[in-house]
Parts: sequence; structure tokens; C-alpha cells
Amino acid sequence: MNDESLLQTKQLLLAGAFSVLVVASVVGAALKLRFARGRSHTVIDNLNSRIKAWWVMVLLLSVSLLAGPTVTVVLFAFMSFVALREYTTLCATPPADHTVLAVMFYAVLPLQYVLILGGWERLFEVFIPVVAFLLLPIVACIGTDRDRFLGRIATLQWGVMVCVYCLSFLPALLALDIAGFEGRNVFLIAWLVIVVQGGDVLQYIWGKLLGKRRIAPVLSPSKTLEGLVGGVATATLLGASLYWVTPFTPLQSGLMSLLVCLVGFGGGLVMSAIKRDRGVKDWGTIIEGHGGMLDRLDSLVFAAPVFYLAVRHWWAR
Amino acid sequence: MPERVDALTTRCIARALGIAIRVATHAVTGVRAIRSAAPMADRPRVYFANHASHGDIALIRATLPKSARPSRPVAGSDYWDGSALRRFLARHVFDVLRIDRTAAWIATVPLNRMIDALDHGDSLILFPEGTRNASGAPLLPFKCGLFYLGQSRPAIELVPVWIDNAGRAMPKGRWFPVPILCTVSFGAPLRAEAGEDKAAFMRRAEAAVLALQPGTGATP
Repeated sequence: MNDESLLQTKQLLLAGAFSVLVVASVVGAALKLRFARGRSHTVIDNLNSRIKAWWVMVLLLSVSLLAGPTVTVVLFAFMSFVALREYTTLCATPPADHTVLAVMFYAVLPLQYVLILGGWERLFEVFIPVVAFLLLPIVACIGTDRDRFLGRIATLQWGVMVCVYCLSFLPALLALDIAGFEGRNVFLIAWLVIVVQGGDVLQYIWGKLLGKRRIAPVLSPSKTLEGLVGGVATATLLGASLYWVTPFTPLQSGLMSLLVCLVGFGGGLVMSAIKRDRGVKDWGTIIEGHGGMLDRLDSLVFAAPVFYLAVRHWWAR
Repeated sequence: MPERVDALTTRCIARALGIAIRVATHAVTGVRAIRSAAPMADRPRVYFANHASHGDIALIRATLPKSARPSRPVAGSDYWDGSALRRFLARHVFDVLRIDRTAAWIATVPLNRMIDALDHGDSLILFPEGTRNASGAPLLPFKCGLFYLGQSRPAIELVPVWIDNAGRAMPKGRWFPVPILCTVSFGAPLRAEAGEDKAAFMRRAEAAVLALQPGTGATP
């Protein structure tokens, strides 16, 4: 692939994404005008704030497509930071965890992304599950407060795994060496984000249109069987139709979409369960009227490592 | 001339430190103000808050409306005169009104200095618990300086403030913060009523601060 066709692919992908967003925004505004008549309306307002969040997401995606790997890695490091901060805030860490938190935020998180930027995949694949896993409880022992030790340390380890390790598999896709795909790895990130997040939206839309049978009435009352089936099926078609930015054939691209959407759905359920456990509805307030960073990333953090491993196993050298 | 140069250097360093602290406060704690009352009139007032961390001063300063500045934190001179850095921060960055906590027998002196500052047009930031609370209880019993302040200047608005999570972001004994989201909730102002019983006023003031805790349903 030469530079020109690379640039064309980027332009085509972004033009597609922006057109979809423009259409979505127009439809959202029309619905608001036609049915809500300017008053507040739960479903339509929720839809519109989702579209707003999508604008932010597509802008970030454009930045990483156009600005190169360093900016992409820094961007994801920042998202990890925000997500981990939401997580620790919500998990009611006691003041005694100060030292462990400092190590997590100021050493483990930046180091993981430095390893990714350097392309040291042997290290970044094990750094958090092995090194940080052992280091954090050792650091916690230095403090004087050992009340509820296991519960506290497990909570923090979980946070680093989800918010840093799992999320970092998205920029880690840049380090894969795929024959005939050199210089185009950033499209794997774009493809995964579009398919998984698109899957979320499509499940939401199908659920709102046809949803009857609730899958997890306690954990996540808005998730329905009809939404899941319709959403995953359409997201699989979406993923298959985007095969031209990936190293996959259309069939492989569809199967990969099916895989990441199902794992992403599971991720959404798990993160809802944690929110239930902590007695809140949203992880944070970073996105206006629309919860926190983790509310948007929940499916992606679960799908990313699975996608990375599948691509590495079957496509990478 | 050298003195003027020194004063200028000091001002520059203090300004730079002040900005650095403000930026770091926002970056690390993502601090957000929650206001239940409309922005208040432009006049000196007394903010009284719970106290769990030195970060409290930076958090309140980062969320106060512009009209409330200058606002001077009131704090113990035994701590803030303790080292050259603290002295510099207290004097030039935070403009702390330092009072002597150890000499209980001259209790009227600190009170008079607070009243002077109010009369001069400065707002005050007060931590009526008297010390940083690391007890695990949400609030320590208030000291009564707030009551006497209210009685001697009954026109002054006393604004209750709840600072959430500062004790987790930067607990007592630690000198740097870790990323925990903090909020600062400003409540509706209280006024001291003529002839009000001291104990009743203290209960009212404590309840006003406690009611602002997120999750108690009292915040918007």
C-alpha cells in the first residue's frame, strides 16, 4: 500500500463517520423538534447526548488517525487516567491507600503506555498482570493500615486491569506486525472503536424499537434480547462492510465483529454490576448529562484485549 | 532598589506557584463546584467548611466565584510558620490569616483579627473543626469562633461548604495528591440571629455543612 492510498482510506473512513454523525444529529434535532417540541424528553434527550458523545469520540479518532502513533498513545493514556480516577473515586478507597494509588497513577499507568509506545510487546503484555499485580500489594504492606487488606488491594488491582491494562490494548494494536499491512495498524483501532461503539448504539436503537424481553432486569433494565440480537447482527454487517480498512476478508471481518460485540456486551453487563454494587447510576460526570468516561468505554475495554489476541494469533507475524 | 527587585521576584514566584497549584488541583482532582444557592452578592462573607486535608484550601480557592475574592483562609500559625516553604505559601500564595491556636487565654485576639479582615473587605475561609479530621466521623464538633464572628458582624453571610474526598486525595501527613475526583458544595448562607443560643447555633452550622454531603439527597 502506498502513502496516497493510505491517505485516501483515512479520508474515506472519516468522511463516512462524519456523514453518519451529521445525519444522526439532524435526525436527533428533528425528533426533538417534532416529538418533544423543545421540552425535555428522556429518550430523545438521551439519544441526543449519545450523539454528542459520538462527535467527541469521532474527533478523537480523527486525531489518532491523522496525528500519528505518539499522539494516539498519549490520548489513550489520558483516557486511562480519567477512567481510573472515576473507578478509584467510586470504589471508596480509604485514605490509607494513598501510597498504592500514587504508584498506580504515577508509575504503573505511564510505564504501561511507555512500553506500548516503545513497542515492547513481551513487556507490556505482562507488566500489569504480573509485575504490578505483585508490586501493588507489597507497596500496600508498607502502610500501617491493614484493615480489609485483601478486599482493598483486589479492588485496586481490578481497577488497573480494567482501566489501564485492558484499555491499553487499543493503542497496542499499533505494535502488531502484519504482513502487507505495514503502516496501517491505526485502522484496526478505528475499526474496533466503530464496530464496538456502533454495536452499543445499534443495540440501544433496536432495544428502543422492538425491545420486550429483558436479559438482565436487575443489572441493566434497558438491555433486551431483541436489542442484543438486532444490534449484534447489524453491527456484524457494519463490521463486515468495513473489511476494506482491515487485513480481514469480509467473512473474517464479520466473524470478528460478532466476537467483539458479544464480548463488549458482556463488558457492559460487568461494569453495570460494579456500578450497582457501589449504588450509583453513572461512573462520573465528564460527559455532559451522560455519565463518565467508563460509561462510554465499558464495552471497549472488554473487547480490546480479545480482539488484540485474536489478531495477533491469526494475522501477526 | 534591591528591596523592590526582591519584592517583584517574590510576587512573580508567588503568582507562578499559585497558578501551578490551581492547574494541578484541577488536573488531579477534576474539582467541580456544586452551588445550591444563586451566586451571592458581591460583599465579604465567611465560608465555613469541613477540613480533612491541606488540599481543602486549594480546592475552595479553585471553586470560589471571582466575586468572592480575595478570600483568606484562617489557619493555625503553629503549622504555617513551621517551615520556610509553608511560611512563603501562607504569606504570599494563599494569604493565610494565621492565628495562634495554642494560646487559648487570648482567644479574643484571633477573633479581632478576623473581624478586622472582614471590615477591610476580605472574605474568610474558616475550618471550624479546628484541625484536619482524620477520625473517620464525617465532622468533628465545631469550635465556637464562627458563633462569635456571626454575633459581632450579624450582617455577614455565613456560607456552609462541604468539601468531598479531599481527605482521600491528600490525607493528613501526605504532601502530594493522588487522582480522586473532588467536589466542593456551597450551601445557602446562614446568619447569626440576635440572642441566639450558642449551642443551638453550633448545631445549626454543623447540620448545614453535613447536609451538603453528596449522597444525602440535600444537594441538587
